[in-house]
Amino acid sequence: MKAAVLLFPGLNREGDAMRALEQASGHKPTLVWHAEHELPAGTDLVLVPGGFSYGDYLRCGAIAGRANIMDAVRAHAARGGLVVGICNGFQILCESGLLPGVLMRNRDLRFICKMQHLKVERADTPFTTAYQKGQTIKVAIAHGEGNYEADDETIRRLEGEGRVAFRYCDAQGQVGGAANPNGSTHDIAGIYSEKLNVLGLMPHPENLIDPLVGGTDGRGLFASIASFSRAA
Amino acid sequence: MKARVTVTLKTGVLDPQGKAIEGALRSLGVEGVASVRQGKVFDIEIDAADPAHAEAMLKAASEKLLANLVVENYRVEIL
Repeated sequence: MKAAVLLFPGLNREGDAMRALEQASGHKPTLVWHAEHELPAGTDLVLVPGGFSYGDYLRCGAIAGRANIMDAVRAHAARGGLVVGICNGFQILCESGLLPGVLMRNRDLRFICKMQHLKVERADTPFTTAYQKGQTIKVAIAHGEGNYEADDETIRRLEGEGRVAFRYCDAQGQVGGAANPNGSTHDIAGIYSEKLNVLGLMPHPENLIDPLVGGTDGRGLFASIASFSRAA
Repeated sequence: MKARVTVTLKTGVLDPQGKAIEGALRSLGVEGVASVRQGKVFDIEIDAADPAHAEAMLKAASEKLLANLVVENYRVEIL
């Protein structure tokens, strides 16, 4: 699998993302600087990592979402190529127009950094085949702006088309209520594009790939991507 | 030429920062505050002689970058 990990000034999770991709696929991803106009030839997956691109100035992901490289990412996605954005990467994908909606300030105005359970909504996309539908996984969240908002029509479409990827839940798999950390609409933690080839999520599966640091529930995402790329 | 772009949240979009400021004003004893919505102001200097052209340019700038039209409105003023 050829993976490209984008780098913008202020991101800080690119190393974790590269380690997770290499662990799952056996191939070292290429780091691509935001000012580039092209992705490496034959790129299967573009990963937009987390962090604080441009210091979260203006709006989270707003400046990065308009960088040169994003034109190449949009073209890659239009060809059906895989794109995943994690945390700030999700915000960047929303700001770039690759995913609908916006991530607003957390309901309680606090930066939240903790372990969080998620429900896997479907296991038939390139990103989730290593999970079971309805499975509860435990990963980390670390964000100040993770409150997903979109207009009613967009939310109806996301729900109707099965484009919610993950929802916040508790350890028993109960979705919503107190398990929703940030006020996100319909407890949404991650969403897919129309063709299910672009995924954005606030939680950090790349930080849960080693039993030494809290668990391995994040591995499934990278294993799914790697096996999809092998089959393609 | 000087111009100002004001970006505000659309009606109905939850504004936790505005709510916190509203609460702080009340606790400071500022009376009569019904609600607070927080926005952004951009003061921009432009090399243009024609106000109509400047306005069109700033509208484009607002839609391209300054405002996220999913949740925000913008207003352009030539000062």
